[in-house]
Amino acid sequence: MLAGVLLLIFLPPLVAKDLCKDSQDGFKVRLSIKTALGEEAYDWNESEMFLFRSTLAYAMRKETKNDTYDITNILVCNDTPRVSFMFVVTSPGQPDQLIPKEQVEKAVRENKHRINNAFLLSDMTLEFLGIPPTLSAPIIYDTEPWLIVFGVVIGAVAVGIVALLMSTVSKKRRAKEKAAGLSEEDEGIVKENGTALSSFGGKEGAYNQAFSNDDRFTKL
Amino acid sequence: MDTASEQERPKWDNKVQYLLTCIGFAVGLGNVWRFPYLCQIYGGGAFLIPYLIALVFEGLPLLYLELAIGQSLRKGSIGVWHSISPLLGGVGVASMIISLLVGLFYNTILAWVLWYFFHSFQEPLPWSQCPISENRTGYVQECLASTPVNYFWYRQTLNITPDIEQSGSLQWRLVVCLASAWSIVYICFIRGIETIGKAVYVTATFPYLVLTIFLVRALTLPGATDGLRYLFTPDWALLMDPQVWLDAATQIFFSLSLAFGGLIAFSSYNPKKNDCERDTLVVGIINSATSLYASIPIFAILGFKATSNFNSCIDSNILDLTNAFDVTERNITMENYESWLTYLNSTDPDKVSSLNLKHCELQSFLDQSASGTGLAFIVFTEAVIEMPGSQVWAVLFFVMLFSLGLSSMFGNLEGVLTPLLDLHLVPSWMPKELFTGLICVFNFLVALIFTLGSGNYWLEIFNSYVGSIPLLVIAFCEIIGVVFFYGMKRFSDDIESMTGRRPNLFWRVCWMGISPIMLLVVLVAYIVVQVQKHPTYPAWNPEYEKFPESEVKPYSDWVFAICVLLSTAPVVSIPIVAVYRLIRRQTRPQTGSSLPNPYDNQAFSTESFKAL
Repeated sequence: MLAGVLLLIFLPPLVAKDLCKDSQDGFKVRLSIKTALGEEAYDWNESEMFLFRSTLAYAMRKETKNDTYDITNILVCNDTPRVSFMFVVTSPGQPDQLIPKEQVEKAVRENKHRINNAFLLSDMTLEFLGIPPTLSAPIIYDTEPWLIVFGVVIGAVAVGIVALLMSTVSKKRRAKEKAAGLSEEDEGIVKENGTALSSFGGKEGAYNQAFSNDDRFTKL
Repeated sequence: MDTASEQERPKWDNKVQYLLTCIGFAVGLGNVWRFPYLCQIYGGGAFLIPYLIALVFEGLPLLYLELAIGQSLRKGSIGVWHSISPLLGGVGVASMIISLLVGLFYNTILAWVLWYFFHSFQEPLPWSQCPISENRTGYVQECLASTPVNYFWYRQTLNITPDIEQSGSLQWRLVVCLASAWSIVYICFIRGIETIGKAVYVTATFPYLVLTIFLVRALTLPGATDGLRYLFTPDWALLMDPQVWLDAATQIFFSLSLAFGGLIAFSSYNPKKNDCERDTLVVGIINSATSLYASIPIFAILGFKATSNFNSCIDSNILDLTNAFDVTERNITMENYESWLTYLNSTDPDKVSSLNLKHCELQSFLDQSASGTGLAFIVFTEAVIEMPGSQVWAVLFFVMLFSLGLSSMFGNLEGVLTPLLDLHLVPSWMPKELFTGLICVFNFLVALIFTLGSGNYWLEIFNSYVGSIPLLVIAFCEIIGVVFFYGMKRFSDDIESMTGRRPNLFWRVCWMGISPIMLLVVLVAYIVVQVQKHPTYPAWNPEYEKFPESEVKPYSDWVFAICVLLSTAPVVSIPIVAVYRLIRRQTRPQTGSSLPNPYDNQAFSTESFKAL
């Protein structure tokens, strides 16, 4: 009777250990807590392992939509100081039957983000060997940033070129008016000082400023 | 005598503009990415000896010669050589052709710099990680096989073809960058030296500011001292190798941008009474000092890069060991790595050897040297990723490269524009702005060949074949022309009228003896070395079995014919013009074209008659 009771007590863990150790359906997990968190790294202990098993149970529940998965269905073995171990998942109905590898992999992949966040780790620091991480989607820009910089530069250059060309055109026009003013005065009888004349833009005659038109000042 | 159509020759606003322009022309990309490389491979500090000897006996005399004849004869390269002797008119034509060809590919390099500059504003930098493949299962295979920086350069920038025969298509991204580069050049070049003189205040001084910032930053990086020690530790034994002397001489020659005609053009806009001897010393010494000054931050950063590569190599080994043997995290560190390795090797050697641990040695990382575009776009960009605040350093670096190249482009374009203006090939109705615009548009269209998939290979061809032997030939003809055709006495008289004193014994000895002999030796040695090398080029071929190593391919016949054409076409004008003039001189009676024109009354010149 006592032997029977003892067997009953010790059988499940022994069976569990055998299921985990020799299984083909298990995955090796590796955590690099110190690499990820540095000074704020937490210690790996039984409670953390409890959390891990519960998150995996959660992942299995979500994936199979079967609410009967419990922490006892996640068996762990080969725990090393590296913080790496093997785990297998047993079926909730039949504790000696393992869930196939593909299903476990699917569950992990779908919920990796949640599992990572539970441990404050990332895809690089919480590794499931054999399950490749889903790479995040590349950022798609509406306008690529380099086009924006290019637009700014080319806009500034275009404005500069136009400004320089306009200044040349206006300089040429002013020079032409100066030359026109000079040549008109050559025909006149009085040969005044050319510079004073040219500033008035080639009008006929000399403008006598002593006789100004001050009509406009009398108007209200 | 007509004053209306005689335009006064443009001139510099002040001396500073002239000096900055000459310094900007001489100080270019080569000072940053060629000199440090040569220093590294030729025994560090020991290389300075042949370099300084070449500067004193070859560089400075040729520089003085060019500045003096430009200033005294007051014309661009074609006019100057025609004045010295009509038989030598071809020298000017050759200079102009070379300036044109070099300007084509040099601005393409600036287009690449602009591309990297535009991309430096992204977070994270696009060359720091591999892009994800189409179906999101992993990274792009080509990137994984090489490195993200290599992939970004060869695939995302150049989209290079595996072979020079395969031209690929025009890369619109590069076309856009090339257009921006030419627009920026145009806006500075639009009115010739009027606008160039203002632009150089920025383009010639900004690189020094950035180099100083980099110097301060680089010296605080870990591993900087390793790089500097590696650079400057002299290896005197290498001085026995003639290749070192040859490279020193060619480096000084190309670094000072001699024989392009640009320096002659710049000094032709000087007032007649200007101390060109002092200008020579200023420009020559600043150019070499800049090379030296630039190599310090470059090598500090390369040392930092080597150290971080070494550290990541060791770290990856540590990770492999930790994972394989399930050791507690962080138990194996850099310090105790060696002892752990020996311990693990003694307990389980098979497992250790199955890990294929990398062999990490700091020296091998330091030995990875690069020059040219490899240094700027691969090595340096990789180093910048590791520095905190990468975007800032990347932006500063590429703006510095751009302004270094831009100020050199001014010299190239002036070497084309000034002779054309002097020969009155420009119709008088065409304003200068339109003419410079046409030059830029023409250059842009021809340079589109460098934006093809095979563009980089063509650029390398232009770089090695145009910018080397023809320049040496022209420089040799220049010095022979001045010393023997123009006459040392006449030249010394000109210099006396410009600077107030005759050139001293050192200059005369150099011009008449040392420099021509040195140039001839360098020219012959260079040709001999080039001929012995089989013309091959490194191709980036992802299909190559030893990828990511470059596949060394030989040039096919038609490509090699183009190479030879590029080397000889510029200099062929020298004998052609000489022969043509000789024949004309024989068939025509001597009209006394060298005699003074009796109708030319020099008492009544435009400069003394102030117009209204």
